[in-house]
Amino acid sequence: MPETSVKSAHACRDRLAELVVYFVAFLVCAAFVWITGDLVRGGMAHLSWDFFVDSPRNAGRAGGIGSILVSTALILLVALMVALPLGWTVAALLAEYMPASGSFGYTVRHSLQVLAGVPSIIFGLFGNAFFSIYLGMGFSILSGGLTLACMLLPILVSTAEAGLHAVPDAYRQSAAALGMSRTATLVHLLLPVAAPALAAGLLLGIGRAMAETAALLFTSGYVDRMPGSLLDSGRTLAIHIFDLSMNVPGGDAPAHASALVLIIVLLLINMVAMRLTTGWQHRKITS
Amino acid sequence: MSSKKRSGSNTLESGQPIGQDNNGYTLGPMQAGPACCDPQPLIQVENFSLRYGAQIALDNITLDIYRGCITALIGPSGCGKTSFLSSINRLTDLIPGCRIAGCIRVDGSDIHHAACNVQALRRQIGMVFQKPTPFPLSIYRNIELPLREYGITRRADINVTVEQVLQDVGLWEEVHDRLDAPALSLSGGQQQRLCIARALALDPKILLMDEPCSALDPIASGVVEDLISRLCGRYTIVIVTHNLAQARRIANYAAFFWIKNHAGRLVEFGNCRQIFEAPAHELTAAYINGARG
Repeated sequence: MPETSVKSAHACRDRLAELVVYFVAFLVCAAFVWITGDLVRGGMAHLSWDFFVDSPRNAGRAGGIGSILVSTALILLVALMVALPLGWTVAALLAEYMPASGSFGYTVRHSLQVLAGVPSIIFGLFGNAFFSIYLGMGFSILSGGLTLACMLLPILVSTAEAGLHAVPDAYRQSAAALGMSRTATLVHLLLPVAAPALAAGLLLGIGRAMAETAALLFTSGYVDRMPGSLLDSGRTLAIHIFDLSMNVPGGDAPAHASALVLIIVLLLINMVAMRLTTGWQHRKITS
Repeated sequence: MSSKKRSGSNTLESGQPIGQDNNGYTLGPMQAGPACCDPQPLIQVENFSLRYGAQIALDNITLDIYRGCITALIGPSGCGKTSFLSSINRLTDLIPGCRIAGCIRVDGSDIHHAACNVQALRRQIGMVFQKPTPFPLSIYRNIELPLREYGITRRADINVTVEQVLQDVGLWEEVHDRLDAPALSLSGGQQQRLCIARALALDPKILLMDEPCSALDPIASGVVEDLISRLCGRYTIVIVTHNLAQARRIANYAAFFWIKNHAGRLVEFGNCRQIFEAPAHELTAAYINGARG
């Protein structure tokens, strides 16, 4: 085959590959634009200050999402306050204190993997049976938050463990050679270095918790009143959207608006967390 | 940790006290070469063997390392030099499946005895690795972190030590106005000198160096080598090196390791001049002349 035709065949293939890549990237962007565009179009008109502070009226067709936002925040808070310390401690234990080949570490890791694969509806049934009925918490924010915490554990543990494993062993060796204890090494060196991974896990966790519906239907319930305490039932944003679009005729516009709020909140949390992590790392590195 | 204490009462052979400012550094002049002070063993290794699982890394090593001298460990790759070095501060404890036999005594006490405090042992034995390993923190915090670990928390004390050790390694002039800069922003040679400074901050008796110049360019390597020579006398230095010329330039004693039956063995130990000019063992002679290894 003459050299020029080989060259043109190569160029043709390169061009084709480039087009495919651009097309796939375009599809991804298009999906995002379509979803957000649809939400903005359907929900923007509904957004106002009153929408954020009022409680829902007429099954959500009127009023706002004030009580829903409070319930969502409380459930998230309960879930994170339980899951973060537990998850990060287990991750530190697995990554730094357990030998990689040990049977205990193996068992814990496998349990978490199984837990990660369990459908959320099963978590809902478990939460209902254990927290709501057995421990007598009923349909409550506490019960929902604790169920969510169980769901978040695998994400938090696996991301934090991966983050700690990614820290080069040279740091551990150097710290040990300086006579630093394992705990001091973990606190002053490994955790700051792994901070971006911890933050990424936290964001994934928050994202999953905010989007969760099935597990909360059976545990936190869907009462849309403003909660008076953690033992009150509370409806999260995701359940509100589900309820409006499935069970409430004429609830499409507030459902769109609520979904828009959910997406904006997730984006904001993402940005703030990124900013905080960078700031924290910077401070750790320069002070 | 005052500068007075750091200088100690050591004097070089020339009679010049260590700690005098030559070339802008707080240490004494370069004191290289084979001759050394009265050899008093500080590290005594007796019938020491080390294995990783079934693999024997070191077989029956017996060796004395003398106080205030530089001892170079030479030999081909895989002959157990680094394993030997990390046995002295028990860094081999970190490796799963590592077993030892025999005895290593530092300053008379057995480091594998149940009563030995590993943290205290490592405080008196600084270690510098082949690849510079500054922590991804600020220059200042790299030195502050181990000091705080040992309960030195007064800002003024820490500041004095940080300046002192950075002066000792000749880094103070280069970084004194940017101590808050990330240590990873330094060049390779500067990073290695920072690691040496970090080791010196704990005022150790012994410095273990695992090919400290091999990851550096020739100029940075020269600077670090000069620094090691200046540290001689004040610290007992054990250095692993593949660079025979370097061993010859800076070491007082040399230990030649070789692989026999897949295990690292000590073939010959002696005064550096004797090892390089009149080796007793034919393997040593062959290695030094480049015929083997």
